[in-house]
Amino acid sequence: MCATVFLAPLPTPVLAQLQVQITGVGSQQFPIAIANFQRDAQVPTEIDAVIRADLARSGLFKIVNAGTQPIAENASVDFADWKGRGADALAIGTVARLADGRFDVRYRLLDTVKQAQLDGLSYVSTAADMRLTAHRIADRIYEKITGERGVFATRIAYIVQTSPKSWELHIADADGFNAQAALRSREPIISPAWSPDGTRLAYVSFESGKPVVYVHSVTTGERRAVANFRGSNSAPAWSPDGRSLAVTLTREGNSQVFLMNADGSNVRRLTTSSGIDTEPAFSTDGSSIYFTSDRGGGPQIYRMPVSGGSAQRVTFNGDYNISARVSPDGKQLAYIGRRGGRLQVYVLDIASAQEVLVTDTASDESPSFAPNGRLLLYATEVNGRGILASASTDGRVRTRLSGPSGDIREPTWGPFIK
Amino acid sequence: MTTTQLSRSALLATAFMFALAGCSSVNLDEQKPAPIVDAAPVTATKTDSDPRAVAPVDAQAGRGLDPLNDPNNPLSKRSVFFDFDSFVVKSEYQPIVQTHGSYLGTNKQRRVVVEGHTDERGGREYNLALGQKRAEAVKQRLMLLGVVDSQVETVSFGEEKPRGTGSNEEAWAQNRRADLNYR
Repeated sequence: MCATVFLAPLPTPVLAQLQVQITGVGSQQFPIAIANFQRDAQVPTEIDAVIRADLARSGLFKIVNAGTQPIAENASVDFADWKGRGADALAIGTVARLADGRFDVRYRLLDTVKQAQLDGLSYVSTAADMRLTAHRIADRIYEKITGERGVFATRIAYIVQTSPKSWELHIADADGFNAQAALRSREPIISPAWSPDGTRLAYVSFESGKPVVYVHSVTTGERRAVANFRGSNSAPAWSPDGRSLAVTLTREGNSQVFLMNADGSNVRRLTTSSGIDTEPAFSTDGSSIYFTSDRGGGPQIYRMPVSGGSAQRVTFNGDYNISARVSPDGKQLAYIGRRGGRLQVYVLDIASAQEVLVTDTASDESPSFAPNGRLLLYATEVNGRGILASASTDGRVRTRLSGPSGDIREPTWGPFIK
Repeated sequence: MTTTQLSRSALLATAFMFALAGCSSVNLDEQKPAPIVDAAPVTATKTDSDPRAVAPVDAQAGRGLDPLNDPNNPLSKRSVFFDFDSFVVKSEYQPIVQTHGSYLGTNKQRRVVVEGHTDERGGREYNLALGQKRAEAVKQRLMLLGVVDSQVETVSFGEEKPRGTGSNEEAWAQNRRADLNYR
């Protein structure tokens, strides 16, 4: 499985890793033990430690201490003993070096209550892919226990400003590791957005002295300006089928939402207000577009058909609601609301119009749903420095990702990769 | 070597000696650390007799200096500042816009980019749109003064290029602006 994925050698110096800090936990946590995997001396990654960290970060699992003794994938297990230690499930595994230098990774997930196997798989992985293999095993465990897909093997993109004259677009694993710079610039970069297939990023770069929308193929580095009209070009959003981009253009005056093919052709205007219309976001079924507009005074979120036409207001609490994102199931809207001077992430249940505050920080920006809809990634500030944070959509579980230096911002969570 | 050249060298040497005599000298043994005096700095005034004076001459003076490059010309003022959450060109900045409007009106070949900026508060994309509104407000004024659409491009940097870097009103006030950049 992993053998088919080859990561090219790092083209750039290895970047300092983000640090994860969990600041809240769910009310109900599933108790699970991840035993140390049996492994040869030459195995580079502590695969079991990565799995434990992934599951703990989700907030849905309580990691039961499994001791230091490795348990091989084919070992016989005393279910009652593990049940007695408080673990309702146990993961065991073996990592063995193959003749060609790759590794055979085998794992089993056992239900200590039913005394049965829940899952068992083997992977062939290169040393470089070992963390990815660990994330994939964590995803299997997450799915077997919760019934939902895990997001540990997905990736995130974000912007780091390392100095007053240096911006970088980074791509990292969902846990912040393996950060690589896809683009470096001496001018600002904002608003990265993953294509639905995870192969491209659209973003706004100011490298030519004004905001221009680019589409960038991640593996090749090939990039082209797809919206470079007179005035400002910004806020790219992919349609769910990946064929279209909604963008904000000012070529006809103030900021208005336009739709174009993903290659920049066939540009047509969707909104016609005299004020600001920006930050388009497609509904999950692609039939409508949410956007930010100041047509009623302060900025609020509205929804219109994907063909344009009359818009309905969606947010009504507070006088400042911006940066809407639609959940993968299409039922929720996440956005930034300003209430009492604090900018925070809110989640709206679209059908009931019930709004939930999900963060405990005060300068939040750029919320982005995980592809399973369970978590929101967003940017915030702690001690005057930009960091990334995540919160569960019910607001119960919160984690922080902070790098050793630089302002980190504009995060966007990538899709599931096949 | 001819006689003429010899005498010229001698003259130069003499002149050099006189120049040396004109310099004050300090006996190294008598040098003491300079006393630290708490006083206002003294501005040296150049006089005709100062042998080290340098009189600046502008080679282009009187031959049509580009008014855009003349620091004494009102056109050198190219920033318009705004109140919080406002796009109104305040009366105190209207003379600046007026100056550029009449310059562009009589110099139809000139092009200008009006760049809108905001302070750091609020979302980045929304601020980009707010900065655009400021740039657009300046453009509308310029067009009232006879500037044509094709002479002015409006763009926005939102909060991305602050002039003041603090998180306080002083910095924010510097950042809520529109800059006129000639191309």
